[in-house]
Amino acid sequence: MLLRHTPEKITDRNSLTINPAKTCQPIGAMYAALGIHGCLPHSHGSQGCCAYHRSTLTRHYKEPVMAATSAFTEGSAVFGGQANLIEAFQNIFKIYNPDIIAVHTTCLSETIGDDVGQIVRAAHDDGKIPTGKHVIHCNTPSYVGSHVTGFSNMVKGMVNYFAESSGRRNGRINIIPGWVEPSDMREIRRLVKEMGINPIIFPDTSGVLDAPQTGKHIFYPKGGTTVSDLKNTGDSRFTIALGEVASKAAGEALTAKCQVPCHTLDLPIGLEATDRFIDMISKLACVEVPGSINEERGQLVDVITDMQQYLYGKKVALFGDPDQLISLTEFLISIDMRPTHIVTGTPYKGFEERIRSITKDVVPDINIKNGQCADMFLLHQWIKNDPVDLLIGNTYGKYIARDEDIPLIRFGFPIMDRIGHTYFPSVGYKGALRLLEKILSAFMDRQDRDSKEESFELVM
Amino acid sequence: MEILKDRRNQIHRKGDEPGSITCEKASVAGSVSQRACVFCGSRVVLYPVADALHLVHGPIGCATYTWDIRGALSSGPELHRMSFSTDLNEMDVVYGAEQKLYHSLIELIDAYKPKAAFVYSTCIVGLIGDDVVSICKKVAAEKDIPVLPVEAPGFAGTKKDGYKIACDALLSLAGTANTDTISAKSINILGDFNIAGETWVIRDYYQRMGVNVVATVTGDGRVNDIQKMHGATLNVVQCSGSMTHLARSLKEKYNIPFIRVSYFGIEDTAAALYDVARFFGDDSMLARTKELVRQETQAIMPEIRRYARDLEGKKAAIYVGGAFKAFSLVRALRTLGMGTVLVGTQTGNPEDYEQLREICDPGTIIVDDANPLELCSFLKEQRCDVFIGGVKERALAYKLGLGFCDHNHERKEALAGFIGMRNFAREIHATIMSPIWKFVPRDNCEDSGNPS
Repeated sequence: MLLRHTPEKITDRNSLTINPAKTCQPIGAMYAALGIHGCLPHSHGSQGCCAYHRSTLTRHYKEPVMAATSAFTEGSAVFGGQANLIEAFQNIFKIYNPDIIAVHTTCLSETIGDDVGQIVRAAHDDGKIPTGKHVIHCNTPSYVGSHVTGFSNMVKGMVNYFAESSGRRNGRINIIPGWVEPSDMREIRRLVKEMGINPIIFPDTSGVLDAPQTGKHIFYPKGGTTVSDLKNTGDSRFTIALGEVASKAAGEALTAKCQVPCHTLDLPIGLEATDRFIDMISKLACVEVPGSINEERGQLVDVITDMQQYLYGKKVALFGDPDQLISLTEFLISIDMRPTHIVTGTPYKGFEERIRSITKDVVPDINIKNGQCADMFLLHQWIKNDPVDLLIGNTYGKYIARDEDIPLIRFGFPIMDRIGHTYFPSVGYKGALRLLEKILSAFMDRQDRDSKEESFELVM
Repeated sequence: MEILKDRRNQIHRKGDEPGSITCEKASVAGSVSQRACVFCGSRVVLYPVADALHLVHGPIGCATYTWDIRGALSSGPELHRMSFSTDLNEMDVVYGAEQKLYHSLIELIDAYKPKAAFVYSTCIVGLIGDDVVSICKKVAAEKDIPVLPVEAPGFAGTKKDGYKIACDALLSLAGTANTDTISAKSINILGDFNIAGETWVIRDYYQRMGVNVVATVTGDGRVNDIQKMHGATLNVVQCSGSMTHLARSLKEKYNIPFIRVSYFGIEDTAAALYDVARFFGDDSMLARTKELVRQETQAIMPEIRRYARDLEGKKAAIYVGGAFKAFSLVRALRTLGMGTVLVGTQTGNPEDYEQLREICDPGTIIVDDANPLELCSFLKEQRCDVFIGGVKERALAYKLGLGFCDHNHERKEALAGFIGMRNFAREIHATIMSPIWKFVPRDNCEDSGNPS
């Protein structure tokens, strides 16, 4: 259908977004908040925002996603949402009994100027927040940044509210995993533990959004970073923040607040980024890389070696979130593919420069668009003008894939029409192997489907 | 489980107490409500108009979340499936975004030549006060197509208020095209959104009866048909929650009578078709309708009887947007030998709940604007076998180890009409009889897990 509605001729647009490659801040804050144990996210605005975010997260994770709303009416829009928020605290603690409420704002509450920090303090002072319970917040106006910015803001909110420095180091390390799947958070934990270190990972949605079927609905599943761990982040030896856009702000806030040194790395997606992640931990924590991890790496390299002829020179278009795209682009280059068109709606100044530096020797004429008007419509136009062999991105890519008859590998957020993303990681060597398998299968399925009778082969 | 004091009167157990259920209230602050907002209401009603431009004026989220979410199919143009947004940024919020809206509209109308444009203003636009109405007027004059402001800031009421705003936009389109060729035996189909092709099913029945369908509002909708809808003799309203306002307005303005019907279940579908045939007072049409009902019922009954053998005595819970759908579901489930033990809606009115009370069995819990905690507790208490609801209820049902049937936006099979009843029976059978439930402990559902 987009075929008819996407003309090949590209015209300059500066006021209009068509088929967005991003969404708004609050959903990111909601996702991050779900990575705290016993936390109920709270959307301070009209009901619709909360409903949309819950629906989208539910579609992606296939899990019940709980979050409350301030349920703004016209009155709240005129007189401010303070009364709603205070009433909400009381109702929530009474009925849903979370350990923590994590409030994020919306475009509405931001614009009317609600000072959520002040409201939370007032609620504390008036005894509206029960002893031992917590309320944290972050500001997430929908007209600034994107869903990734909202995620970053909520993670920073966790540091602002919880991190404490007791003056004694606890020997642990912090990992801020960035906007990745529960499976990725599990995989990061496994890798770090394999190196003999017990990390504090925050947020951690594993165990929350990949909970097993037990016949029970657990309002607060057993996963998520605990409050005591969030407090302990201030005593850790160092922090590794994965992804500049999603994690750096929180890592730096922790340095400023508790003097925990922070090292920002790319998301460990693909061979080289995973190498850097493992090497960094090994160096900073003074631990040897265990043989088991080297073995995983070797297996990945072995498969790439075996299959290089199928990867050579294949053109690929990508869209998604900046942190993910940077590492993914690097991985694709390292397996001899050609990222040709890249779009991310999330504004991030360093994006284009990073991608160009990764691709400059191989794809000097790459198309990159970031921020304003960087959308799926433009990506589609680029593909029409310069076709690719593969598309990698979230579910919204399926329109383009169908119209242009190119395979789509689902990667990123949201994925509403396939499963697996919550259970199988994309990070680490195992994750890279999974991505590689998907890419190869896409090409080989295609070859099997399209090859003529006389060139149809058994062994590939 | 504790129920908020303010909500106690929104829950009713048939047989327990007299008195009516409280409804049409804003959700309390702090609720995990299953409801959406005014913008959402207007968007879901208007979005299936396939040859119109739909531009969301606001920050990006509102456009992203409503991008092709409804499965409202079109037999022709598909412009409605694109997501257009002015994507407001901070500067726009400070300085206003009227120019941005103007240029976006001009650009889009030039590129796509739509038959009309709907401009949805969201929360933030309602607040910063962009004069959307005058921009729409200006563009309409310049481009010579209807450009309709849909002023639906999310906070300005409930989803139902959004339906009303959408109806007003549709009403302003009606009456603007020539109706000379429309026959006397003509209707508009109101309140079907062609999810999984349901409008096609219904339209086909009417055509076989000899009824001329002028406009389908809004499933598989076309601007020009809507512009002619004042030429129809009768309005047949299905989704009463969303479309009664339009039907009433058409009655006031053009003196077109309307009837409320439902196409869910055999009884209700047959009743709908008979009501229309009787309205026209045409014996041959009534005879054709009887034949149609006979043929269609005969075609599906053997299969339905097979399912009903397994389903006899199973118990269902219903939580849907509108009440009319709930009535039909209670009856359709009875056709399968099943009982309904919990029924709730997001937007029912007092008469709706009174009628629900009448048709439900004693002991049925009736609930307005429920939250997941309540739903869970009632599902457990009533020992349901299947939950019928929307996207946010699906994951909940599965976690509790119950079957689930989507009766909202994510239908994959048409559930309207006779064939829809067959599909519904098949889906209910498939989910309740799934072997997976043998592997799920079902008896130890908990209201909630306490943190830590």
